[in-house]
Amino acid sequence: GDTSVLAGLYGPVEVKGSKESPDGATLEVLLRPKVGLPGVGERSREQLLRRTCEAVVLGALHPRTAITLVLQVLSDAGSLLSCCLNAACMGLLDAGLPLSSLFCGVTCALGAQGSIVLDPTARQEQEARAVLTFAIDSTERKVLMATTKGSCSVEEMQQCLAAAQRAADTIFQFYRDSVRRKYSK
Amino acid sequence: FRTVEPLEYYRRFLKENCRPDGRELGEFRATTVNIGSITTADGSALVKLGNTTVICGVKAELAAPAVDSANKGYIVPNVELPSLCSTKFRSGPPGEEAQAASQFIADVIENSQIIAKEDLCIASGKLAWVLYCDIICLDYDGNILDASAFALLAALKNVQLPSVTINEETGLSEVNLKQKNPLVIRKHPVATSFAIFDDTLLIVDPTAEEEDLATGTVTVVTDEEDRLCSVHKPGGSPLTGAKLQDCITRAITRHKEVKKLIDKVIRSIKP
Repeated sequence: GDTSVLAGLYGPVEVKGSKESPDGATLEVLLRPKVGLPGVGERSREQLLRRTCEAVVLGALHPRTAITLVLQVLSDAGSLLSCCLNAACMGLLDAGLPLSSLFCGVTCALGAQGSIVLDPTARQEQEARAVLTFAIDSTERKVLMATTKGSCSVEEMQQCLAAAQRAADTIFQFYRDSVRRKYSK
Repeated sequence: FRTVEPLEYYRRFLKENCRPDGRELGEFRATTVNIGSITTADGSALVKLGNTTVICGVKAELAAPAVDSANKGYIVPNVELPSLCSTKFRSGPPGEEAQAASQFIADVIENSQIIAKEDLCIASGKLAWVLYCDIICLDYDGNILDASAFALLAALKNVQLPSVTINEETGLSEVNLKQKNPLVIRKHPVATSFAIFDDTLLIVDPTAEEEDLATGTVTVVTDEEDRLCSVHKPGGSPLTGAKLQDCITRAITRHKEVKKLIDKVIRSIKP
């Protein structure tokens, strides 16, 4: 919808001595909000994104290097975390980094009567009883990352997860289309 | 062998379905809790999960409520991982782990509605309580999120708020320290953490060594009605829905044990 996030990826580049890791690449994520300085919420999201990306990027192929991902929030109209996840994945794709699988972010909002809304707007998020965000991977539709806001029952979570896995197919199709469009020009 | 090739050392144990410290894969470390240890704080609790030691102190102060929510007070959690608890942390501004943990605790408080913010209001639009919850880790041996959540819950149960009246003529507040009321705790959220190894194995309550070797972690917070307050899985190896369900069932069992422990301790301090 109206949420937009700009992702910039730099790497693999040289890294300073202390951060260097002989096992593989060191991933760094910086998330900049639209207004204000990054706060604790941003740090927590950065950690989520970093761990998700670390799981897919084949760091072992580029030891002692750093990969930096910078995300700038241009506008927030709901489902911000999923938008960041999708932007990060497309950035990784565009940079040509070796990945074990793709991932996509899906947000579900649970309404008061148990109705599931995928990709909610800011208004729907506020009115929802619970908002769940999942990062689903492309190979086996397994859950890479999960966060919830608000409480829900276990069955509702499973339903949201199933809905998110189905929605992941549409998003992966979109990835394929955009990449095809870019390289066919 | 353990220092040279820690992962292989661990794998050998995992093949036999146990861990170097003698625990089963699904067994928690010994949990002890000590309530009311800090006399200068309004509420406090010390929790030990094996070697991981976390202390939580709650201080209550008065403030004017925000303009858009005039009848709500504030709860401000802050998790600190000082350099004394582990060589991993340096002194200076809070690192990423401390900030992520603070955000996690704030989310748990918000999601589980452990305290209704309306309860913290004294006079709508004029005066409300602010609860500063400082959670400090004294010894870091893994599973900091579980210990912090538990310490927070125990400390909040221990908090006694003095009654406050507003003097009609002067408009000032008068705090009556002699008359104290305990806080109304609505829900009891309990966090359970798991570490994922090699995309398949799930172990409960990881130590610091296990956390370093793990390929991912999951934390599930449940409350007494078996509802999920939070599922926190920051990246790491992918999990199928069935595995996640397994984690949730174990978290629910753990919740019952922890609740019994807390109730026992609360009952023992009441005269």
